[in-house]
Amino acid sequence: MFHPRSPQRELSLRTCIRILTGATLLALVHAIAAQDVPLISGGTGLITSTKGGNTTYLPVISPLLAAPVGSHILVESRATIVDSFFPKGGGQPGYAHDLFLGLDFLQADITANRHMTIVAGQFLTPFGTYNERLTPIWISNFEEAPLIFGLGTMGTSHSVGGMLRGSAASTKDFNLDYAAYFSAASTNEQFNAERSAGGRASLYIPAAHLEFGTSFNRLLQGTRENFSGIHLWWEPANSSLRLRSEFARAAHARGYWIETGYRLDRFGGGHGILSRFEPLFRIQQTFRSQPDANDALPSTDTKQADFGLDFHMPHELRINTSYSREFSSSGNRNIWQTGLIYRFLIPTWRGK
Amino acid sequence: MNPRIGFVLVAGTFAALLPLMAQKGPDPKTPPARTANAQPAHEDDSAQGQRVFNQNCARCHDAPQGFPPQISGTVLRHMRVRANLSASDEKALLHFMNP
Repeated sequence: MFHPRSPQRELSLRTCIRILTGATLLALVHAIAAQDVPLISGGTGLITSTKGGNTTYLPVISPLLAAPVGSHILVESRATIVDSFFPKGGGQPGYAHDLFLGLDFLQADITANRHMTIVAGQFLTPFGTYNERLTPIWISNFEEAPLIFGLGTMGTSHSVGGMLRGSAASTKDFNLDYAAYFSAASTNEQFNAERSAGGRASLYIPAAHLEFGTSFNRLLQGTRENFSGIHLWWEPANSSLRLRSEFARAAHARGYWIETGYRLDRFGGGHGILSRFEPLFRIQQTFRSQPDANDALPSTDTKQADFGLDFHMPHELRINTSYSREFSSSGNRNIWQTGLIYRFLIPTWRGK
Repeated sequence: MNPRIGFVLVAGTFAALLPLMAQKGPDPKTPPARTANAQPAHEDDSAQGQRVFNQNCARCHDAPQGFPPQISGTVLRHMRVRANLSASDEKALLHFMNP
């Protein structure tokens, strides 16, 4: 997902192609099982964002490659390529544009045993739920990440190093999963990351459709700082209501977001037009105690209410729309956003 | 880009999509379509696979509207990492997608 509030790294197209081609070729030289053909997935779409009367157009494509190597290794990578068309400003007519290519992750997943997977490479920093679960453009309900997205994700939202993760215990009554990582500092243009360590633990209770968890990350360079957070997801039984929430705090700022959605699949017989709508509401708030130019949070205490209406169409298409009102001491403003997203999922070849 | 041109482009795209809205949409919690030659799974296995799918996949995203069987293992290996699936859940889900 493109995050207007998070820093983007410019990555040469040639480097991206080399990396993804290398991963594909690596998979090609190994014999694969009939169900393990490498795949290309992802989403593409057109996003519009109007803030304070200025509209930005964002054609975006976010491809994901997953290529098994043998029976215990999976190489996967996701990139985001977005071209931003925005008003020139300064009284000049017309639009300027910027092309960005960012590598979200490039990682090798090594299955160690039934409870552990070793992840090596560049991976999404495990903190809270949004970064790992909801950033793909074909998944996110709102086009813009929560205001607190920069807390705990170490600026770049990804890390370079190693991670252990898996399901520590799983029964019919509960599932306890974990992720622990260490990241080295890297100033490489393609793999930019900060030295940090941390992890997350989550407990899911199937009977209550309830998940809650906690995250802790520590920045190990520059101004050393701890980040902590909790998350809670709940889907009431026999209901189409979804509730997702996160709270995160650091020494210089803290905040939360709560998102609710209700899929109208109980209306219109389950297959009518009405059943494909999903009204959404997200409330979020940030509190700043010290300035920090690197966390991407608003510079003053801010409240924001987001009202969304998504439409899930056949053929892997969806339309996201939202109106947001932001309140802060530096001024209030309206934010209008739309997104037309197509999701694709294809094998790289026909296989056996 | 001229704002008027942008508006016309967006409006035109939405208009072109209107016919799609009249078609039947997927149930968001319906698992991916299975292969045509798939045999019905054992009831317990199927129920367990459905449960794993709903608890781990459908909580974040809609089910894909079907995909070729030759990538089901790859999809599952991706989800094992992303959703921290247990070994038994992974097995149940694979059996569910390829009975």
